[in-house]
Amino acid sequence: MNKWTRRTFIATGSLVGGGLALGIAGIAFAPNRLRVVPDSRDGTPQLTTWVKIGADNTVSVVVPHCEMGTGVHTALAMMLAEELEADWNQVRIEEAPGTDDYANGYLVRVFVPVVASVPRYMERGIDFATFKLMQLMDMQVTGGSSAVRGTGHLGMRLAGAAAKVMLVEAAAKQWNVPAAECTAKLSRVTHAGSGRTLTFGELAPEAARLKPPVHPPLKSRDDYTIVGKPTPRLDIPSKVNGSATYGVDVTLPDMVYATIAASPVFGAKLVSVDSAPAEALPGIKKVVKLDNAVAVVADSYWRALKGVRALAPKYADTGQDAATSDTIYAAIGAALDREKGEDVFSSGKGSAALQGAAKLVEAEYRVPFLPHATMEPMNATARIAEGRCEVWTGVQDPLAARKTAAEASGLAPEQVTIHNQQLGGGFGRRLPGVMDFVEQAVRIARETAPAPVKLIWSREEDIQHDFYRPAVVGRYRAALSDDGKPAAWVSRFNIKDAAARLPYGIEHQDIRAVEAPTHVRVGAWRSVAHTQHGFFTESFVDELAHAAGKDPLAYRRELLANAPRHLAALEKAAAMADWGTPPAAGRGRGIAVVESFGSIVAEVAEVEIVDGRVKVHRVCAAVDCGDVVNPDTATAQIEGGIVFALSAALFNEVTIAGGRVAQSNFHDVPMPKLADAPGISVEFIRSGATLGGLGEPGVPPLAPAVANAVFALTGKRVRSLPLRV
Amino acid sequence: MQITLDVNGESRTADVDEDTPLLWVLRENLGLSGTKFGCGIAACGACTVHVNGTAVRSCSVPASSMQGQKVTTIEGLAPREQPHPLQAAWVAHQVPQCGYCQSGMIMAAAALLARNPQPSDAEIDGGVTNICRCGTYERVRRAIHSVAQAKAEGGAP
Repeated sequence: MNKWTRRTFIATGSLVGGGLALGIAGIAFAPNRLRVVPDSRDGTPQLTTWVKIGADNTVSVVVPHCEMGTGVHTALAMMLAEELEADWNQVRIEEAPGTDDYANGYLVRVFVPVVASVPRYMERGIDFATFKLMQLMDMQVTGGSSAVRGTGHLGMRLAGAAAKVMLVEAAAKQWNVPAAECTAKLSRVTHAGSGRTLTFGELAPEAARLKPPVHPPLKSRDDYTIVGKPTPRLDIPSKVNGSATYGVDVTLPDMVYATIAASPVFGAKLVSVDSAPAEALPGIKKVVKLDNAVAVVADSYWRALKGVRALAPKYADTGQDAATSDTIYAAIGAALDREKGEDVFSSGKGSAALQGAAKLVEAEYRVPFLPHATMEPMNATARIAEGRCEVWTGVQDPLAARKTAAEASGLAPEQVTIHNQQLGGGFGRRLPGVMDFVEQAVRIARETAPAPVKLIWSREEDIQHDFYRPAVVGRYRAALSDDGKPAAWVSRFNIKDAAARLPYGIEHQDIRAVEAPTHVRVGAWRSVAHTQHGFFTESFVDELAHAAGKDPLAYRRELLANAPRHLAALEKAAAMADWGTPPAAGRGRGIAVVESFGSIVAEVAEVEIVDGRVKVHRVCAAVDCGDVVNPDTATAQIEGGIVFALSAALFNEVTIAGGRVAQSNFHDVPMPKLADAPGISVEFIRSGATLGGLGEPGVPPLAPAVANAVFALTGKRVRSLPLRV
Repeated sequence: MQITLDVNGESRTADVDEDTPLLWVLRENLGLSGTKFGCGIAACGACTVHVNGTAVRSCSVPASSMQGQKVTTIEGLAPREQPHPLQAAWVAHQVPQCGYCQSGMIMAAAALLARNPQPSDAEIDGGVTNICRCGTYERVRRAIHSVAQAKAEGGAP
């Protein structure tokens, strides 16, 4: 995939030549993000911020998101090409540079309800405001399952539609006919009456002189020819022959290599380190002391690694050396005992409604810290020379990386360039706020300047210095009425998030979060708080169903009268899994439904106990994300989410001993493999609802569906993960 | 020490420490970056290459011990213009997501098919034990079966 650097831009410009740019330079002065600004710098025709049209009729979609395997590059290009009436075979993709111009305001619009849907006259103003906000916050994020429903739905379609209007107008002017008599199709504009026709590439220079419409008409869903059809991802061919370039593959002239060991106990400062044992080894260039880590620079990664392993750095006492997972869980428990907590949601009489209940059900659940363990270990290559800092890495937010690198280098953001590469997995580990590897690489590069340095973390460093999914304890109480339905639901946990809210109709609710910070670094892990709350809520509802003596599906059905999309997803997943007929002997089924990132996913898991371990044979997933842009990629995201969730449900955890992470690599952080992968069926419900995300929503229902299946099979309720029987 | 390797049919030399793993010589000395670093302990398979046609996790074998052996990396599995049937199947089944583990996955699968052209599910489970965090496993299985089936039917996959 091409990167949109000035150099390649000029190179392509010279090939396509004679064009125009409808660009972004004027953006700060106009609320219309599509404003046309001729780009005299290189002459490449660019219609709106997101699309360039070459004289050879290629359409290059400039996508302001990274590609970490979710297929967003292809999906967003499809959305733009659809409205543009482009010939898909001539569409190319370029990742946008990490600059202010590509800050993603649309992220705000998918997460802030008040601006999600606004009157038409306000739309462009809201777009401008949210865009400016994201610029100020250095946000060019790929996360929150937001690319398709945000940038794609709100931005790419608009950009494609505006460019089409301009191309049609340009043709109409040239032919001196009404624009209404001209139609765009397959990268051509045609005048039906006269049969005259011109390619987009031929029209682009004239089109670029026109003012883009603020409210271009968008196509009806019924007229789509690209969106909604399974379309091969454009990044896949390079991923089967070794030619795809990830951050770790970047090579520069005169480059040196570094690896690092940070303080094993989180937060400890480096006191001293004797560099001699490393320096005595061949190929070692430098031992670099950082605030909380020591790095070794060498002429190869292997030598740098041997150098780091030869060192015995001393770190200051943080007072956390005795911390263990047990003490952390105890501290969370104490906070739950002690604190009233902050209100997440309450209704009716709240917890007072537990008094005098016909039946009271209580349960405590807990989930451990979890690593992201992206297959590509953390890495960044940095060069500081001639008053500039350049960084080659793969991150979920190049603008935030630019800020991180600016701070670490002491340069201004304008003096920093991020060359974002493909990501060997993200899952939240490469988001803003957790780019310690970028900061480290730049700090090391200050010592190696002007030579560039490639910092590669060992897998041990990755497992022990992640920003983990938080360990959470949840306490649940419910009062059942005589008919078995829950009259009151009371919950307490140590992760505040709206993910704790219920789709179920329960009159009295009291949902609160307490604070129980630990010294362990935490961050967003694919599907964020929904992974913990999905497990808690859907396990507890299942417990209530069994306490009421009812079928778990039938019980949920009764409580979802006002949540038709949840109900439809449940019914579909149940039908896919033949819920009504008993499973084969020795197998059990469990069901769960979770809404996250605007999508509702119901999953049925079928399990067996094999050699004392849970084996998940089959998962049926029904997904309502409103509509589907690229069906096969969408399916792949749900499949992947289920396997990712399986790692948390059955396979691994990070525990703390002596204040540090006890595990270090895949031998003690086991992952599901081919032999463990269930058969997965995915079906989409095209409800027509507002588009939801897909990168994350497949994850949350899996763990509770499996735990509920284990209960159905064994009668044993497992309330902690990873699930052991 | 100076070592000489036979990589993708070419004789290549490198000056490295005796204990330097093959992985790092391929990536840093020979510029073959399609073979990936995942764990360094032969647990994930991202670094899988072929040594005399057998799948080997290159992060855990010294390059110096590979002299005189035929090493094949993802770049040498097939000519770019005539992909290996598995590579074509990988595209047809849209297997990769982030793609980082896929070089190793394809190399493991190719070695499996070379010694067992019609593997059962259990044999695939046993022969391809690589880790993929994106969860592409079922598509990997389908792609391998499709190649095996095409071979059995005597046609292209």
